[in-house]
Amino acid sequence: MIIKHDVVIVGAGLAGLRAALEASRYYDVAVVSKVFPTRSHSGAAQGGIAAAMGNVEEDHIDWHFFDTVKGSDYLADQNAAEVLVNDAIPAVYELEHMGVPFSRTPEGKINQRKFGGHTRNYGEAPVLRACFAADRTGHVLLHTLYDQCVKNNVRFYSEFFVTDILIKENIIRGLVAYDMIGGEFTTFHCKAMVFATGGYGRTYKITSNAHANTGDGLGILLRAGLPLEDMEFVQFHPTGLYRYGILLTEGARGEGAYLINNEGKRFMEKYAPKLMELAPRDMTSRSIQTEINEGFGINGEDYVYLDLRHLGEKKINERLPEITGFCRKIAGVDPVKEPIPIQPTAHYSMGGIPVTIDSEVLADGKSQKVEGFYAAGECACVSVHGANRLGTNSQLETVVFGRRAGKAIVEFLKENGTEKADLPEDQIKTSIDRVEGIKNNKGDEKVGVIRHELQETMMRKVGIFRDEQKLKEMLKKVRELEERAEHLQIDDKGMKFNTDLTEALELDNLLHFAEIIVSGALNRQESRGSQYRTDYPKRDDVNWLKHTLAFKKEGEFIFDYKPVVITKFQPKERKY
Amino acid sequence: MIKVNVRVSRFNPEEGNVKPHFEEFTVEADPTEKVLDLLHKIKWEQDGTLAFRRSCAHGICGSCAMKIDGRNMLACESLISNLKDPTRVTVEPLQSLPVLKDLVVDMDDFFKKYEIVKPYLINKTPPPTKERYQSVEDRELIDESTKCIQCAACTTSCPSNWKNPQFLGPAALLKSYRYCFDSRDEGMDERIRILDNGDGVWRCHTIFNCVEACPKDINITWHISELKKKLVSREY
Ligand SMILES: Cc1cc2nc3c(=O)[nH]c(=O)nc-3n(C[C@H](O)[C@H](O)[C@H](O)COP(=O)(O)OP(=O)(O)OC[C@H]3O[C@@H](n4cnc5c(N)ncnc54)[C@H](O)[C@@H]3O)c2cc1C
Ligand code: FES
Repeated sequence: MIIKHDVVIVGAGLAGLRAALEASRYYDVAVVSKVFPTRSHSGAAQGGIAAAMGNVEEDHIDWHFFDTVKGSDYLADQNAAEVLVNDAIPAVYELEHMGVPFSRTPEGKINQRKFGGHTRNYGEAPVLRACFAADRTGHVLLHTLYDQCVKNNVRFYSEFFVTDILIKENIIRGLVAYDMIGGEFTTFHCKAMVFATGGYGRTYKITSNAHANTGDGLGILLRAGLPLEDMEFVQFHPTGLYRYGILLTEGARGEGAYLINNEGKRFMEKYAPKLMELAPRDMTSRSIQTEINEGFGINGEDYVYLDLRHLGEKKINERLPEITGFCRKIAGVDPVKEPIPIQPTAHYSMGGIPVTIDSEVLADGKSQKVEGFYAAGECACVSVHGANRLGTNSQLETVVFGRRAGKAIVEFLKENGTEKADLPEDQIKTSIDRVEGIKNNKGDEKVGVIRHELQETMMRKVGIFRDEQKLKEMLKKVRELEERAEHLQIDDKGMKFNTDLTEALELDNLLHFAEIIVSGALNRQESRGSQYRTDYPKRDDVNWLKHTLAFKKEGEFIFDYKPVVITKFQPKERKY
Repeated sequence: MIKVNVRVSRFNPEEGNVKPHFEEFTVEADPTEKVLDLLHKIKWEQDGTLAFRRSCAHGICGSCAMKIDGRNMLACESLISNLKDPTRVTVEPLQSLPVLKDLVVDMDDFFKKYEIVKPYLINKTPPPTKERYQSVEDRELIDESTKCIQCAACTTSCPSNWKNPQFLGPAALLKSYRYCFDSRDEGMDERIRILDNGDGVWRCHTIFNCVEACPKDINITWHISELKKKLVSREY
């Protein structure tokens, strides 16, 4: 079956929905998503969305700009970061006008809380900058944007699993998807497309990400010969629920929670005396891991405590009800009465699809655009987060750059009309053959086993602390797993709601880009932001103040680099 | 580790005339694991054809509502140790929605009702350049209703809904409350006709099944009662 729309958006998280809202004002837009829109992982975001509106105390856009750049360990492209902070305040007001139920100040304004790395006066002390709705900010943003899409009659194709894009002569033409409910392959034919497929936390064993976060968009682009940028930068969030990885928002520390080791000490005073628990995530996660490695974990085990008790029951219930709820339900820990066991958890991907500040996908990663093709949100790398993202800047990125993608598409279609370029039949066939091949393959390997080995070894070898030996071992392991994946056999041979098949396709995507994360980390002989090399513990601006680009050409990975855009803030040593 | 006997309702439309039936699996698990973990172990280790929905694994995405030992719950939040008998559990799809495969139901009708209630802010006054102010108290009025994750546990447990499939049902009515009681909303006039009829609020007979089923502990019946009061008082 072939379905035609002017614009096709892949992904129904915050980035996809925001782009859809914008483009649907003028054009016929379809959103394709492998899960029902409100099931997207944006809905799990808890803490807040940054905007220097100063509702509670003095704040300035320029402070936000500086914090973002410093937080990125100077790898952010400053032209992009500037767009992010400038658009932040109108973007949040716009969300409020759409009906987002933000928590309020006593005067009725949007309330704001503290978050890691967001400071007043260029690093002096934490500032109240994160707009929030209790600890379910992402949930209310996602539902409100979905509701607006319903109002705007955006067409949704839910539970359609996109397998490949169709691209020829540098022009986007459409995509192939597996319609899980209909039980058939469907081709979408369009003039413009947005990728908003989210992150890939599921490359790791301990993660705050949903099962669906397998970075499919990145695998799909690599197969189409397009590059990925800065994939070695993977953020570990300091506070994942011990053993589960489920996130306990930084908002908890923003409200005043402590990190405590086995001696009952607030150990962050050793690592970030000024910002303490509100240091940026890369530093805080390293500090926690160091405590654990040096024997200061609770009972000598791999965790420390996040202590909320002194905040009092009222504040905990009012500001942090969601996390309190699942701590009780899932871990049997009552945060009002007990400290919560936590460990760092794989959380966010700074890298992704290289795009311009108007969200246009770059075919060479540098300047050459793919006609009609856009990307936004966590799957894109624009790059506002550089080597380390600040909390609350990601939801901001999704709405700011999702909207810009939508606007850019409207301009593009106004100029070029909506007549679609021909579909490359051979590519449709190749894509369907690949999926059929995976479905009908005979072998002795299981998806669950290979995925588990990948996640488990990535956790141990490409985690918070990296070194050449571990990375080389991992590279060998990924290649071994890729080979073994050739011998996968799945049980379900049907076409209706075949999640055995979609899990195999997801694994294929994970394996496609895992090697880039590892090789990128191995190549980069320095420590910057989330990438910490124990064998190269210093940042090296002379050789490494640059973005990594990686392509897959005829089965081989090719690496290239491009300079960082520096406009206002010259790289300095990063202390908090 | 304990051995758990898992009875799962199976149905595969591609297998011709086979009706829904139970299949049993034995799974090794730690009592601190969840029913979702049991389903994953079956799928990943024993039978890859088992179909169910899930994503977030911590009760926020609303994918995994199903009937566990006869009650609607989220599989990802149902601790094995909290089961009536941790060594055996029965898992079935949500009642009253058509089954597509195994534990996967057709949610189309559920979401159609969602769309009927105009689930969005209606406000025709041009917005100020900053935010619209809302008092802490006004915000509090809608707080609980914004917790809904659209898992359908409530609507599919509602006897009024079983009897009359046209009934909008608790989830859609809760959503309606969420906007009707938002101090920034001006859309009550447009919503009266949808709510004030036999398939709207009056079909709710305060049976409270929805409240019991809600994994987010939302007092849905209370919210529907508030809607009823608003309609009767005509204060909108
Ligand atoms: C637990 C948690 C808490 C967070 N808290 C915060 C916070 O407080 N503040 C903040 O700023 N950021 C936070 N973040 C980060 C932020 O929420 C995410 O980066 C952001 O929401 C990602 O949005 P997205 O639209 O890019 O992707 P997602 O919301 O992940 O959506 C991806 C979409 O792509 C679709 N998709 C993927 N693959 C396919 C395919 N093959 N076919 C079809 N569709 C596909 C999915 O169905 C989904 O709709 C948090 C992240 C997590 C995990
Ligand atoms: S998997 Fe998301 S609610 Fe259970």
